Amino acid sequence: MNILLSTCSQGLLYSILALGVYITFRILNFADMTAEGSLTLGGSICAVMLVNGIDPILSTVASGLLGSLAGLITAFLHTKLKIQDILAGILTMISLYSINIRIMGQSNISLLGRSTIFSKNLSFVIGAIICLILLLLLNLFFKTQIGLAIRATGDNEQMMKALGANTDIKKTLALMISNFMCAMSGALISQFQGYSDINLGTGSIVIALASIVIGEAILNGAFIMKLISVILGSVLYRFIIVLVLSLGLNPSDLKLFTSIVAAILLSLPNTKKFIMRRSKNAKN
Amino acid sequence: MLRIENLCKTFHKGKTDEKKIFDNLNFSINNGEFVIILGGNGAGKSTLMNLISGSLIPDDGKIFLDDRDITNLPEYKRAKFIGRVFQDPLKGTSPNLTIEENLSLAMLRNKKRTLSFGINNENKEFFRKKLSELNLGLEDRLSAKMGLLSGGQRQAVTLLMATIVKPKILLLDEHTAALDPKSQDKILNLTKEIVSDDSMITIMITHNMSHIERFSSRVIKLENGKVEV
Repeated sequence: MNILLSTCSQGLLYSILALGVYITFRILNFADMTAEGSLTLGGSICAVMLVNGIDPILSTVASGLLGSLAGLITAFLHTKLKIQDILAGILTMISLYSINIRIMGQSNISLLGRSTIFSKNLSFVIGAIICLILLLLLNLFFKTQIGLAIRATGDNEQMMKALGANTDIKKTLALMISNFMCAMSGALISQFQGYSDINLGTGSIVIALASIVIGEAILNGAFIMKLISVILGSVLYRFIIVLVLSLGLNPSDLKLFTSIVAAILLSLPNTKKFIMRRSKNAKN
Repeated sequence: MLRIENLCKTFHKGKTDEKKIFDNLNFSINNGEFVIILGGNGAGKSTLMNLISGSLIPDDGKIFLDDRDITNLPEYKRAKFIGRVFQDPLKGTSPNLTIEENLSLAMLRNKKRTLSFGINNENKEFFRKKLSELNLGLEDRLSAKMGLLSGGQRQAVTLLMATIVKPKILLLDEHTAALDPKSQDKILNLTKEIVSDDSMITIMITHNMSHIERFSSRVIKLENGKVEV
């Protein structure tokens, strides 16, 4: 029971990261690698604030807000300096490694005995409440005029320009919201596991992508269903991990395993087409 | 009035594959006029559209709209008074958004986008009325994804989106070329209806000579970077 709940909690907290990555990769069609850096950034800032006795809720929100600045920098590199999207993100992500060590002063901070957002209540309940709030806010936001314009920018940028929209501003906004989510996820994960570590973000994009594609495989439909599918995918991913670890997978092979799962699921639509064409040809 | 003065545009300047498209191009179009642009491949028809819309910036020369110099105005600012329909029916709409969401974005062409909802009952009613004028039965499919529509239907909605807020200039870049004859006919009739009733400047690129008769319009023929008279 305990393992079940804590696996669920972990899935929920990582789903905030996955939602952030969903905004850039799927909605904006922008391969933003900043996420890995801002996840650690959120964890680092939150840990330092908690060690200094600042209120956990305030620390978590502040971590998210500072994370959105990382998105702003990537957006600046991309829209103003015209650096390719993936490269802009990588540049910010790599610089965040140094910045995060500066923030923490060392490569990890223990939160043992500190009061965190999970101190007073079950982590599962807190995680579920935060996810629900973010889910509803995102769903509302992407139905507003600005939200629709962001979705259309990812879908057909040329059209949005022809409709008189400054697409650079739309991209900047989306990147800031995405990295707000990533950093907030990092802040929550650090509090949940009781320490913040410089390697928290390493490979996290692949985890987020795996969650997104697992979610897409089980649920699809209206916009809110897509957001829910990301959360479900993230929780399911955690259970898959627990399962394969209990079957004896070496923990250091997890990243390889995750990448393979993501690669298989990402290629699924094409593989399906290929197999269908093959079987059609075989019949003829 | 749209006035083009001494417009020059050269691609790959200073390289071996330098291509001079326009060399001191001059012409003007009065408000309410419908102009067809003719010219062979590579004559610069689409380049001219892109220069007017701001996707391209000229090397030299000026573009005036109602005596305002718009030569260096960025594309998205110009789009507030320029409506465009592209040759590719997929370019004018957002496939993952619904029909009503697409139309609501077009409604905000010259307004500031805010945090109020993109769709409300009031504009839904307006969209339904506008869509029924297209006679495609789309008025009952407001919440269908744009990507599910056929090329002809998408082009009809694009035309509606380009003119739902009256632009000063409507640019039609071979907007029927990718459609089957029946859809072509439909889109041309719609075009005629939409442009007939106001002071809008319409510029249409076409290779089809029968369109000239159909719209009984002025023709600008581009050849060797100049206007052939």
